[in-house]
Order: sequence, then structure tokens, then C-alpha cells
Amino acid sequence: MRNVPEKKKKWISRDYLKCTGCRRCEIACTLYHENQIWPEASRVRVFMLVPGVEIPHLCAQCTDHPCVESCAFDALSVDEKTSAVLVDREKCTACGACIGACPGKVPHIHPRDNYILICDLCGGTPQCAEVCIKAGYNALRVVKERPSISHNLFARTPEELTRDVAENLYGEKAEELI
Amino acid sequence: MVGGYAGKLIGIDLSRDKIIETSLQEEVLRQYLGGRGLGAKILWDRLGSRWEKVNPLGPENLFLALTGPLTGYFHGARICVTGKSPQNNGIIGSTVSGEFPIELKCSGWDGVIVAGRAEEPVYILINNDKVEIKSAKHVWGKDGKTTLRILTKEVKEELDKRNEKYGIQKEPAALYTGPAGDNRVRVAAVQQKWSHAAGYGGYGAVMGSKNLKAIVAKGTGPLPPVANPEEVKRLMQEYEKRSLSRDRDRTRRWGTGYAGYEVGADRSAEPVRNWQEEWHDEKAIGGPRFDFRYWVKRYWGDYGCAVTCMKLAVIKAGPYKGAITDNPDYEMEAYLGPNLGVFNAGEIIYLSSLLEDLGYSGINGGNVLAFATELYQRGILKKSDLDGLELRWGDTPALAELAKRIAARDGEYFDILAEGTYRAALKISELKGVNVLPYAVHVKGVEIGAHGTRSDEDYTHDICYACSVQGGDHTSTVKDAYDDMTMVFQDSAVYCAIIAWGGKIKGLDWRFLRVLTGWDITEEEWKRELGHRIIHIQRTAELLGGPDISWKPPKDDDNPPRFYEPLPTGPYKGSVTDRKEVERRRREYYEAVGWDENGIPKSDVLKKLNLLDVDKALDRVR
Repeated sequence: MRNVPEKKKKWISRDYLKCTGCRRCEIACTLYHENQIWPEASRVRVFMLVPGVEIPHLCAQCTDHPCVESCAFDALSVDEKTSAVLVDREKCTACGACIGACPGKVPHIHPRDNYILICDLCGGTPQCAEVCIKAGYNALRVVKERPSISHNLFARTPEELTRDVAENLYGEKAEELI
Repeated sequence: MVGGYAGKLIGIDLSRDKIIETSLQEEVLRQYLGGRGLGAKILWDRLGSRWEKVNPLGPENLFLALTGPLTGYFHGARICVTGKSPQNNGIIGSTVSGEFPIELKCSGWDGVIVAGRAEEPVYILINNDKVEIKSAKHVWGKDGKTTLRILTKEVKEELDKRNEKYGIQKEPAALYTGPAGDNRVRVAAVQQKWSHAAGYGGYGAVMGSKNLKAIVAKGTGPLPPVANPEEVKRLMQEYEKRSLSRDRDRTRRWGTGYAGYEVGADRSAEPVRNWQEEWHDEKAIGGPRFDFRYWVKRYWGDYGCAVTCMKLAVIKAGPYKGAITDNPDYEMEAYLGPNLGVFNAGEIIYLSSLLEDLGYSGINGGNVLAFATELYQRGILKKSDLDGLELRWGDTPALAELAKRIAARDGEYFDILAEGTYRAALKISELKGVNVLPYAVHVKGVEIGAHGTRSDEDYTHDICYACSVQGGDHTSTVKDAYDDMTMVFQDSAVYCAIIAWGGKIKGLDWRFLRVLTGWDITEEEWKRELGHRIIHIQRTAELLGGPDISWKPPKDDDNPPRFYEPLPTGPYKGSVTDRKEVERRRREYYEAVGWDENGIPKSDVLKKLNLLDVDKALDRVR
């Protein structure tokens, strides 16, 4: 049965072809959450498996939330206001079940602390999208729309996304670059 | 540790398979910062007493890759590579952008010092505090893109396995060489990503001479703590605002990708056919020809950059299908375009992509190709010398073949050309009995960047290369021993010079250094004292030189002969670099920087800076 959600929610739209690889999103994210620059602790991480193919990788806010479903410790929940997945650090055991459940393998354990990192939309004003828009790149933008099943399609691994974007940028040559 | 630094370096002796940790002293860092400055200090301390005897391509040389305090925090992340240069036998600090320095600092290291020579090809893998030497036999001799692809994949898979529970990690970053580096070609670069090269100095050859194919790093920690986090954040916002205010259709939108037409057509300062001319009006290499046909990304940058002057160019059809490069930037456009008689955007992209794959510095390597082509034009180099190759201006397949053969040192004259323009000129003069030095466009063994001095319309004038301790390096030119210290600062604090271009961030970099480190260093102190200290060490190394070549100023503090030939074409026809002005400015510069009439740093100046061993070493050339 088709499920029509009632309210428009914030979502970070992404255009991988426009990503410059400047990684200011990672800087903004970790200055906000960690109060220091920490690429691997960023909730948005730019993967560059092939130079030129830069993939900002972050939570897709799937409508069916497989990560939340997978958590045996009740550590993950969906923010009613923003629709972001929230992590309860006290409850999280860093077991990694949500990583396995995520079709895009987006969550990762904090490199120092014992809990999972998932984009929380910075409580409603995502810092990554702010700096991206400010520079005019618009690879990451905040949109307000009804949660859509199409959002789920963005939960893909960096490898899968790289394959697509590489072919778009490099054509036939992509195959030998991957 | 002082803010902005990890506080330690990795020392690796490839001859003894030994890895040691070296702590950095705050006093040394305050004087030399990092990158080029710290590199000069380390090289001098370790090799100074026997400098003349150190073969840059021998195991006794050191290869250094050093970040600076600003690296990672100030936008435009770079790393500086250095060592005894196989080009000028002195010390050159050469920087390259990319994420490698970030991975290094996030691993808890400010830099790497590599000594000795591995018995078989190796690469160094740095993962936080774990440092390993691994076999690189499977990538030795491989082109840049292939090397990077194989090493990235292999290391990422291994690290993912090591940290299975963690989730997916970002890929590692690498500093690597192509075949030209593996074969110790003196114009080989140290590269990052694609199209990112530390070109000047020939440090790709130094890596090759150590059997070192790459250094791969992956760090999972944060950047080191800073002295004043709130001020750092505030200044980051301020410089970002200033950078973003740069005209979007120029620096940001075009990068330097439109200059290949402009510098020639408008300023008559672009090398054409080995600098025989500096003017052209070839609209076929205008910016829009690159932009709308080949650029697939119009904003492409490195860690933290708000300018993103690079543009990703791809050829998708035709004979050069599959070529990929950035822009090309102005230097590549000029050196692999007009200077080779190539006036076709697609062919310039192809040559740029090829030279990067082969591991060349596009400037220095492009200069060698043009030098050879002029010798062919003059009938000095013959078809029979080049295994039947006919070297004509603008013949892209022939020029590509020449580049491949030199990178492989495949054949007598190709092997000679692999020694770089100046050394090749000496050897060819001897073999042919003709003086070919007038066609060698270099300063003290370093091929010159693509900005001429004859029209006087570019930023490069009279002594700007002639008196630079980095020779032909267009990113470290000389003016008055004051303003030019900014470039020494950029290479030592280690951040991108393009960011500073146009004066938009003027003053911010010095303020940034203070809030980052907590030191009270001012612009004035740097320009009057700290910068000079580095220049004197570099100068001393250059004067000592050896083992094959040393320099004798003031004779060698000069422009190449070509810069004194009148421009033959264009609106500045007849213009030459004024020899009298060069001599006058040279005397002025010597006085300003504290060198005697022979260009040797004065004893009292060195003593005042407490550079006593440097002063003593100069007795060997006084």
C-alpha cells in the first residue's frame, strides 16, 4: 500500500557531479560536532576512489529506516521534526549492526569514541550544505519535501556511486580507472 | 606541542629497513616553521658538512615531505617536498596540493624523512602510528594513474580489513612518482591525485633513486589542536569570505585556464617554440575552447579550498580519447602548447595528460622537449640521433614519442635529455662540437616557468629568476628581499600560493599563524629575519653545489641568453631584458639580502642570525 506522508521534511539533496572535492563540508561538519577538524569523524565524508570522482557520502534518510530497525539496543530513532536519524550515545554499543543494515554502508564508528556516526542534520541547519551553497557549488543543498521513496535510492556504497559518476565524467575510460 | 603541529616526524632509512620517530623542537619550528624552511634546516644540519660530495641521486641524499603549521587549517592544503636537488645541487622547496598532508597530520605526523636506498622497489604505508615498508615491485615503472589506482585499492582493502568493525573508511592518499621518477629523470615530479605535481627540483628522480615508488597515508585522528580555536574558526570564516568574493568568472570560474591565450596575445610573455618568441594570437587555444568542449568539472579543488581554481578536462572522442588532466592550468597550456608549437586545445590536454602519466614536471619536462625540438630545427640533433624520430614543432605524436623515450631513458640522446635542459646542453655541446647553451632556457639548472621578462608586462622582471635560490621557479621569484619573503612563507607555512594571489587574503595568513600557534611572529619579523635565514641556507647549499656542477655568481645569477635576444614578433617586437638593469638590480638585491659582490652571504650577516656553521662552510667557496 502506498504510504503518503503528511508533512514536508528537510532532506539534503546531492549532486555528485557538482562536488569539487573541496571537503569544506567535512570541515564544517566536524567543527560543528567535534569542535575541531577531523575528516574521519565527519558525518559527511567525501570519498575519492578515483580522482575527479568525489562522492559526498552521508545518510540518505531512507523512508523505511533499515538502520533504526536493525538496532537491538534502541539507540537509533527518527527525529520527528527533521526526519534525521538520531543516535543515543549512551545506548549505542558500536556493534555495527546498522552499518550492515544500511544499503549504502553510510554509518561508521567514531574513530575515537564508542558510538556510531550518522548525519543528524545539525538539528535542522546542516552545516555541510551551508558551506557548499555559499561557495556556489550546490552539490549539497537542503530541500524541504515530503519524504520520498526516491530518497532511499541514495543509500548506496561509495564504490557503486563512483562507478556511475566515473562513467558520466570519463565515458569509456572509466572502466580502466576503477 | 605548539598549536598546529603534531610535533614529530617519521624517519625511514630504506638501506637499513629502519623506522624511527623524531621529535620536533619548538625553538626550531618557530624559526623555520615547516616545509621549505624546516627542510632547509634539516638538510643543512644533516648534510651540510659534506654537501659538495652528496650525490642528489645517491643513497646519501634525503627525501623530505613536510607539512607546515598552516597545512589543513588554512585553505589550499599542500605538502612541500625537498632534498638536495638533482637540478641545481642546492635545496629547492617544491609544493603540491592534495589530501596527503591531511592524512599525514591526521596520522599524527608533520612529515617524513627518507634516507638510504631500498634494495628493491618499495612504498611506505603510514596508518596512524603504524608505519610499514612494503614491496612496490608490482607498480614499479607503471604510469601515474595505474600506480595510484593499484595502491589506493590495495591499501584501502587492507585497512578496511584491519578495521572491519569500524565501517567503511575513506581511501588513503598518496605521494607517488611515474616512470620518469623511477628512471631518475631529473625533470621528474612528485605527484598527488592526478595532475597535481611538485615539479621544480626534480624530486621524483630522488624518490626513484631510493627505489621509493610512493608514500601512502591514512590517518583517522583529528588535525592537531590549535592555540586559539575560537580565533582560528573566526579567521577561517573571514578568509573564506574573502576568497569567495573573488570574481567568480575569473580566478574561481576560469582558474588559470584562460591564460594560455592571454599571456601570449596580450602580454607577450608566453614561451613559444622554446622561447624563440613570446607572442602569439592563436584563438584556437583560447579558454573557451578548453572550457566548453572538455571541462567536465568547472570547480575542482583540494582539501579545504574555497577557490577551486582547477578544472577537470576530459577528451571523450577522437584520437586522444581518454586523456584526462586539470584545466590544463596556464603553465601546462604554455609549456605543452605554444612552446612546442602546438596550438590545439585537445592536443595540449593530451600532452598534459601524457606527461603527468609519465611522471614529468610539465614545466621542466616541457622545457626539455622544446629544447630538443629547437636543436632539431637547427639541424644539430638529427633524425639519426633520435632513432628516426622527426621532431617538428606542433607534431604532437612525435613530441609524445620523445617524451616517452626520455622517460624511459631509451637510447643515447634520450638518456642525455633525461638529465634536464642544462646538463643535456653541456653534453650535447661536447658531443656535437657546437655550443647549444644559448638555446637552454634555465637558471642555474632549473628550467624557467612560463612567464617571460622581455616585454616586462608580466609579473616577472629583470632579476626575478636570476637571483632566486630556486632558479627558474615562477612561484618563488625575487624582488627586493622583503616582499618576496612572502613566497618563502607560503612554502614554509605550507599553503597554496594561488589562494594568496591577487592580495585578497593579505595579512590574514600572518594573523592566522599567530592564532594557530600562539607565537608572536609578525610579518615584519619574517620578512626581515626568519625568511632571510632560510634563503641564506638555500643559497649556501646552491653555492657549494656539486658533485657534478656548481655555480659561480654573479655570472650564474643571470637570465638565460635567450632573454637578451629581442622579441622577434608581436606588439613588443624588439623588446629585450635590459642587461644594465639586471646588473643594477642584482647589486641592489645582493645588498638588500646581505650578500657580497660575488653573491656570497656576508659573514657578519650570518653571524647576526647565529648561522655560524653556514658561515664557516662558505669559507669553502670564498
